[in-house]
Amino acid sequence: MSRTRTPVVTGWFTGEGEEFRLLGTRCSACASVFFPREDAFCRNPGCPGGELAEVPLSRRGRVWSYTDSRYRPPSPYVSDPELEWRPYALIAVELESERLVVLGQTVPGVTVADLAVGMEVEVVPGVLNEDADTTWTTWHWRPTGVTA
Amino acid sequence: MTDEVAVLGAGMHPWGKWGRGFVEYGTVAARAALADAGVDWRDVGSIVGADTVRGGYPGYVAGATFAKALGWQGARVASVYAACASGAQAVNTARAQILSGLADVVLVVGADAAPKGFFRPPGGDRPDDPDWLRFRVLGATNPTYFGLYARRRMAVHGDTLEDFAQVKVKNAALGALNPNARYRKRVTAEEVAASAVVADPLRLLDICATSDGAAALVLSSMEFARRHGAADPVRIRAVSTVTPRYPNTVLDLPDIATDSAVAAEPAADTFRASIARAAYEEAGVGPEDLSLAEVYDLSTALELQWYEDLGLCGEGEAAKLLREGATAPGGRIPVNVSGGLASFGEAVPAQAIAQVCELTWQLRGAAGDRQVAGARVGITANQGLFGHGSSVIAVR
Repeated sequence: MSRTRTPVVTGWFTGEGEEFRLLGTRCSACASVFFPREDAFCRNPGCPGGELAEVPLSRRGRVWSYTDSRYRPPSPYVSDPELEWRPYALIAVELESERLVVLGQTVPGVTVADLAVGMEVEVVPGVLNEDADTTWTTWHWRPTGVTA
Repeated sequence: MTDEVAVLGAGMHPWGKWGRGFVEYGTVAARAALADAGVDWRDVGSIVGADTVRGGYPGYVAGATFAKALGWQGARVASVYAACASGAQAVNTARAQILSGLADVVLVVGADAAPKGFFRPPGGDRPDDPDWLRFRVLGATNPTYFGLYARRRMAVHGDTLEDFAQVKVKNAALGALNPNARYRKRVTAEEVAASAVVADPLRLLDICATSDGAAALVLSSMEFARRHGAADPVRIRAVSTVTPRYPNTVLDLPDIATDSAVAAEPAADTFRASIARAAYEEAGVGPEDLSLAEVYDLSTALELQWYEDLGLCGEGEAAKLLREGATAPGGRIPVNVSGGLASFGEAVPAQAIAQVCELTWQLRGAAGDRQVAGARVGITANQGLFGHGSSVIAVR
């Protein structure tokens, strides 16, 4: 049975493979970038308020910090209690041109032992979890030069 | 600088995992604070409750819940929610009522019966709630954020795991002296190092637990205090409840990303530093005037961050300050002499009030074995989810 591939959150990312991008919004008046996307109002207090247009974020950034989760997180995180818990790493990534930091899980197999503050990483498509009908997709960070 | 209000009474329910309801804890703390103040509940003009989201409706209307439990007597009532800063906002609400003349004596209460393990958002699918999103999309628990901050300090300032462990060693030794603390056992650096990693690089003993607990204060006008026979009470001189300034460039709970600094330059100091600065400005004191500080040590590494944000030392110098013993009893500026969250655990609506209880006992010279000699000025520092500042300065 094939499952439907559905983004875990609508409108936060798009594309496949090399074309995969996180999606934010940019204010037409002050150029502020928002992720997660801000579609109602520009939140810069010094901005008169402009149209917010969707904008893809930079594919690559540098590690601001990182950690992992050695214990199973509570719901609404979805994990199978029947399976042994396998920790995942989280990376906070600085995007230079947007001047913001975005958190995300690493690709499976990359652990904190593989990471360092300042290291270059890139955003790639990933799978968060699967249920009977749906493969919930997400974004992952992967150190550049790693192809796994 | 604003006028001062008097702290007539302070009380707690001991913290732990007691398996009872938050109303019971809060009522015990309230009665203790009233007894400490020598004030009859029927003479209290206003009650302010700090809300707990885990108590259902009674928790959302905490002021009225505690008023009913103590016995309806017609007092003015308010309930406030500001996540971990709820207690400070309750104190601030009480202070505003006193300074504006709406009430002479106000009872402030915060209590919680916390779940075991990680805090988590309430049930239901809420993709417009950042707190729900960080769990659903990333599994980003509170300790993972503490881990990010800790790893960042190691990379930028050279802090070590041993530095973090020494914060726990210090706070556990102080908690052992505090009858209201949940954990009353000394801890060694070896025990910290041997505890399980929760969120790299932090271990179980680097991270505060969740607890049941309650704290309460009786605040009054200075005029009421004098009439009541308290000629020289502990006084609250400042309450900081500031929000961040855009762009907030330090990743904050519960957010998945920071603001962008493309269009506006970040302020010179971070949100956490601005919380303390607002309190100092309002009180007309500076870090050099402090006798002690109670800071929000959700993790050992975060306590070090507060040293810098409070101006106890320069940026990157917190571990050095710790190693010198400056923040230990007998040092230049003892921090978390109550034992801190390391010894108490989190009881969210109560903890900012509990910090003020500790300042009160210290400034009265009534803190027993953990007394800071000659304490005259104390500060609390805390931070509430979703951008709530929280700092109180009390003086004697």
